[in-house]
Amino acid sequence: MVEWTDFERATIVDIFSKMQYEVVGPAALARCLIVYPWTQRYFGNFGNLYNAAAISGNPMVAKHGTTILHGLDRAVKNMDDIKSTYAELSVLHSEKLHVDPDNFKLLSDCLTIVVAAQLGKEFTGKVQAAFQKFLAVVVSSLGRQYH
Amino acid sequence: MTTLTAKDKDAVRTFWANVSGKEEDIGSDAVARMLAVYPQTKTYFSHWKDLSPSSPSARKHGITVMKGVADAVSKIDDLKGGLLTLSELHAFTLRVDPANFKIISHCLLVVLSIKFPNDFTPEVHVALDKFLAALALALAEKYR
Repeated sequence: MVEWTDFERATIVDIFSKMQYEVVGPAALARCLIVYPWTQRYFGNFGNLYNAAAISGNPMVAKHGTTILHGLDRAVKNMDDIKSTYAELSVLHSEKLHVDPDNFKLLSDCLTIVVAAQLGKEFTGKVQAAFQKFLAVVVSSLGRQYH
Repeated sequence: MTTLTAKDKDAVRTFWANVSGKEEDIGSDAVARMLAVYPQTKTYFSHWKDLSPSSPSARKHGITVMKGVADAVSKIDDLKGGLLTLSELHAFTLRVDPANFKIISHCLLVVLSIKFPNDFTPEVHVALDKFLAALALALAEKYR
């Protein structure tokens, strides 16, 4: 089981309570598709992903980015058992979506960068450490059911 | 991985104009974050009296690292050649595991994202990410 300090718990709850899902989600997914273009392989039916402007303006990217970000809410509410919270989603990503789990880390790096820009100076080293630890646990849980 | 296109180099050089003059703050913030978020990186600094992210040693080191990155920007057309000495230093003396270059690169991007939220667009991000990856490759050139 993952041990969380009071500071880490409070930090995660705080970040998500202030989260602008419809801004951060789309921005994070768009950045991932732009900075790591091979991730586009999973979105063949999303239409125009030809360049950064197209990706940033793509409504399907925006919608999916928001969906992914809201997907983290369950982990925020169940920080003491993220592993079982995401067991089903892990199976989905492995058996139905066939996503290489390395991609989860790429998206979480982009999410960190977007949240950093949103929070500015508030995103201190300690806050970053808590946020990245949280994302690392999520990423690990999502990769857990692969075989 | 990939070579830097002319577009990448332009994006990096243009963005770096924002950084000019702020290297010290940016570098020390990046190293401080590295130590806070990736505590395993502290193993390289066991000779410091104070390993906390806000220590004078950490700040000084951030400045050193950032000077290196700024130098690399000026040598962007030939990173391998331009960084030969630094590569030998990292290979034979420092022996930093190259995985850590990704870590400091990520921390640097986080700092840039905070300091320049409007200029650090996705296009600039990808160019910088490629540049830092190329820089890491040049630094690891002499490892084996």
